[in-house]
Amino acid sequence: MSDAIIKIQNMNKWFGDFQVLKNINLEVEANKKIVVCGPSGSGKSTLIRCINRLEEHQEGDIIVDGNELSEKTKDIEKIRAEVGMVFQQFNLFPHLSILDNCTLAPIWVKKMPKKEAQELALDQLKKVQIDDQANKFPGQLSGGQQQRCAIARALCMQPKIMLFDEPTSALDPEMIKEVLDAMVNLAKGGMTMIVVTHEMGFAKEVADEVIFMDEGMIVEKAETKEFFANPKSDRTKLFLSQIL
Amino acid sequence: MQTLNFLKPNRDNIKNYSIIGSFLVLVSLIDVISNAFLKINLTSFLPGSLTTLFPLIFGLIGLNMMRIDYSGNKSLDLLNKNINTNNFNALLTLLILFSVLKVLPQSLSWMILDATISGDSKDACTGTGACWTYIKVWFRRFMYGMYPNEFHWRINTAFILVIALGFVGYFMKDNLKKYLALYYVIIYPVIAYLVIYYLISGGSFGLQWVETGAWGGLSLTFIVSFFCLIFCFPLGMIFALGRRSNLPAIKYISICYIEFWRGVPLITVLFMSSVMFPMFLPEDFFMDKLVRVIIAITLFEAAYCAEVIRGGLQSLPRGQYDAAKSLGMGYWKMHIFVILPQALKLVIPGIANTFLALVKDTPLIFVVGLAELAGMLALAKTNPKWLGFAMEGYIFASIVFWIICYAMSKYSYNLEAKYKTER
Repeated sequence: MSDAIIKIQNMNKWFGDFQVLKNINLEVEANKKIVVCGPSGSGKSTLIRCINRLEEHQEGDIIVDGNELSEKTKDIEKIRAEVGMVFQQFNLFPHLSILDNCTLAPIWVKKMPKKEAQELALDQLKKVQIDDQANKFPGQLSGGQQQRCAIARALCMQPKIMLFDEPTSALDPEMIKEVLDAMVNLAKGGMTMIVVTHEMGFAKEVADEVIFMDEGMIVEKAETKEFFANPKSDRTKLFLSQIL
Repeated sequence: MQTLNFLKPNRDNIKNYSIIGSFLVLVSLIDVISNAFLKINLTSFLPGSLTTLFPLIFGLIGLNMMRIDYSGNKSLDLLNKNINTNNFNALLTLLILFSVLKVLPQSLSWMILDATISGDSKDACTGTGACWTYIKVWFRRFMYGMYPNEFHWRINTAFILVIALGFVGYFMKDNLKKYLALYYVIIYPVIAYLVIYYLISGGSFGLQWVETGAWGGLSLTFIVSFFCLIFCFPLGMIFALGRRSNLPAIKYISICYIEFWRGVPLITVLFMSSVMFPMFLPEDFFMDKLVRVIIAITLFEAAYCAEVIRGGLQSLPRGQYDAAKSLGMGYWKMHIFVILPQALKLVIPGIANTFLALVKDTPLIFVVGLAELAGMLALAKTNPKWLGFAMEGYIFASIVFWIICYAMSKYSYNLEAKYKTER
């Protein structure tokens, strides 16, 4: 099992007195695509935010690409640079153009020459089909375009792992498809992905495994076909019956 | 012709009503104007109290008659919508108009028509108006304080140099742009200090030494404001970040600093800096009074800046921090490239507020014996040769301060417009 790129063992996390994550065990191998689903408040987002330490866990181990995350972790920035993240609210930098959004981190974190960074950024923007918007500002773009830019921005750091935190939840129904298409293309390219989403169509299409969470626990974890064909726990069945 | 109903003007008889209405308003205005400017009371045939109320009553009735909704007449509609929406507003309009008309002739004649500006001694001021001769004679003192007349060119040159250096940022080449902040925060103040030290203080390069006690007037206002402004901003930024730090030591030091300086009055700080502070220093250590005062005001205003900037930092959504962190940026990179550019943009109005207050606080340095513009006024008005012209002096000072502050606030509006981005 040493080839797991993300390893979470007996992880617990509290917000004050409230335990949001209970005894999480999870291993993700390189190039695998995992979809995490579950009702809101079940701790899905918190779980993936723990993987790049935007949230700190109190108990257990999280090992990302051979580095353990804890208070002692010195170069948390280095680990984060290898883990791209896409947020529900896009979180583009509104004071920078689309191109500058994409080149900022490569230039200043990876010390890439400006020209190289711009070429890389345009390349990534082309992959999500917004290279013609490169000089606009985030406020001038539609939600779907902004989210695709956010994906390109994360990819410009050439991460090993991509985390998606409900990337389509804040979008109009018409724009969901364009973002999902970009994610499907990325998945086909062999990226390791953990995706929190309610888009079961996406899960069926690309996921290797689906995880169902409720009340801070992993209730069910199964291969995609198995998960949808015959879910084991009653809670999962109930959830699927409501969402499908 | 329809019967005229005085209380119910409407579109059918719009012509009659608007003509009669404007005529009545005109009559009331003529009455007030002739009263104020020509001192002729047109209504002296009326009993006493009615004479004063006459224009008000006539004006009110007139405005009432003109109040026709959707009349189709553009200027009439504009008038009704803005100053004549109901009887109360019409009354306020008339009162304001009349009081302006009543005050205008007196102030005009005092400030301009009867004023004196010729001559160069108090004897020239024999009229009833303002004595601008006083300002003219004292002008150099108000600008340069007790600084020797023959060296005024040194102050002028220094200011021109400092202003010119301030514009360097506009002409910087693109590849040097990243050093812009460094230039304005560190290099520029140092150069400005050296320019002012060597040119205005003198003492070397064959320039005669002029001690800071002799500096004064508007030039001192500028010097104090200038240094306080450029130092208090970065300092405030540091304390704003410090107060939000996760490191307890830094956080509590920042809180203590901010709460201490916000809790004491500026005037005591200035007293402390000039009277108490030297007592704590070793005998042979000398720091000029002006420098101490500038440091004191800077430290004081930095606390206010810090809180304004902290407000901007807090208004940014958490997602911006998350996004910057998730891209692998550390604390400083995140703040320099993502957080501060957005936060500072948001606090431009607040910072402008603080800066304006700072400029207007500079007259307080009078308490430690430094006489900037307002201080020079206070000295001049007690000069035995020129007693009794305090009013002219204060009007002059208010105009000068108003121009400075208005220019600053205009500049801040420009900055706001320049850095405005859609969210």
